[in-house]
Amino acid sequence: MAKHEYAFYPGCSSQKGASASNYLTSVESMCKTLDVKLTEIPDWNCCGASIGYAEAGELPRHVMNARNFALSEKNLPGQEIVATCAACWLGARETRERLTHSDTLMADTREALKEAGLTINEMPNIRHMVEVLIEDLGFDEMKKHVVRPLEGVKIAGYVGCQTNRPFGVDGESFENPQYLDRMVEMVGAESIPEYEQKVTCCGGALAFSEPEKAQAQIKDIVESAYDHGAEMIVTPCPLCQANVEIYQGQINKTYGTKFNIPVMYYSQLMVVAYGGSAKDAALNGQMIKARRLEEIAAKPVKR
Amino acid sequence: MSANTALAEKYRNNFLKEIEEQVEMGDWVKMCMQCGVCSGSCPTNFQSAWEHPPQELFMMIRAGKRDEVLTSTSMWNCTSCYNCIVRCPRKLPITHIMHGIAEYAHRIGLAPKMQATRFFSGLFWKNATKTGRVNELKLSMGLYFKNGFGSGVKEGMKMKDVAIGLVLAKRLNPLELFGGHKCKDQKGIQAMLKKAYEIERSRKAAKMAG
Repeated sequence: MAKHEYAFYPGCSSQKGASASNYLTSVESMCKTLDVKLTEIPDWNCCGASIGYAEAGELPRHVMNARNFALSEKNLPGQEIVATCAACWLGARETRERLTHSDTLMADTREALKEAGLTINEMPNIRHMVEVLIEDLGFDEMKKHVVRPLEGVKIAGYVGCQTNRPFGVDGESFENPQYLDRMVEMVGAESIPEYEQKVTCCGGALAFSEPEKAQAQIKDIVESAYDHGAEMIVTPCPLCQANVEIYQGQINKTYGTKFNIPVMYYSQLMVVAYGGSAKDAALNGQMIKARRLEEIAAKPVKR
Repeated sequence: MSANTALAEKYRNNFLKEIEEQVEMGDWVKMCMQCGVCSGSCPTNFQSAWEHPPQELFMMIRAGKRDEVLTSTSMWNCTSCYNCIVRCPRKLPITHIMHGIAEYAHRIGLAPKMQATRFFSGLFWKNATKTGRVNELKLSMGLYFKNGFGSGVKEGMKMKDVAIGLVLAKRLNPLELFGGHKCKDQKGIQAMLKKAYEIERSRKAAKMAG
């Protein structure tokens, strides 16, 4: 039996061929090393994300998340739900909070769920993967598996919004969370605790609808990473990763910059440090290739 | 009588009450003490300035400026970064109030039709709830082709390098256009959502009648 078991809510962007499929591949490799067993919630659905608000209303939005809770309870009773996506985690946690605080909303939700033949009896705990790593495993356990430290690589820890606000990771401040920097150090790389754009918004869904606004924010995030001498940026959020990575070319055209900095997931850094191959870490999933990590991943492992 | 006229009539001279009863988290509006921390913490207000940042909207609501608030493009500038929520000294759930006012304006047909994020928001929700899971390719195409085929091709060309890069990285699958990821129990999801909308509508109507 695995050391830790959870009901897994991967979210839409993690699916095969979707924008964060590289995140999922690296999380799977990372969990294998750490003996964490993730069992996908059967037939899970979209959380609605924040941007669905124009049509989602209140109850329909919570019902979408509640369906996942009900499916988890039915198929994986007693397990906490773990999400890797910041928006999935936030959406699910918000629904949990609202349903817990309002008997009316809970009753209405149960009535709607009945239509899908489902119900909720117990409210599940909703965890983000970084919470599992930090709180359930801890930094010592995470560090134990490092066999190929990312020595000399300077990495800007970009936490972004939704893994940080409004819930965040327990014990961390909203303005200057430290955990991502500690994770960077844990894999043997050099962190930049004074990176002042670490909780700046990447523009979220406005990157699609009003790109000029989002790209102005992304420019600040990338520029500051360069100013601090970073070779790459790391993040725990799929939309942060995509927005900060894929629009660098367009930003270069608009602003005359020469941005070309890789944007990684914490799980990819960990897989390489744990001795995994470039394939295990899904390094081929980067639009801006992380050459330095590819080189390290090709080196033999010190055991 | 349109939904908007009926609501305007019912809540005549009491726009604050309308917001409290009809908008998600609207009953928090009266708690605002006009400190302006929300406006100063908002990333999109910083770079391009909202027409009316949150604290101003709150005062306008209390001043009964119904049309100015509900037809404003302001709320649609929200990136859902939640900075205003964590910094508000009175703990107002500002992000949710902004989404709530926007949703209400959209629901009663007053939201600016051509506002890009209003369009994208509706598109996203329809995309996600149609099969239970987001189809990223159809979502992007739906956005670029919103003003017809000609401008869609132009918008698409602007995004060409991003799209090619993502396809090469196996993070965008052209085959998603013909199906793609979906939930098995789509029927159950539709029935569940239909019920949820019914309940929500009847609760709002009861408040208006009460």
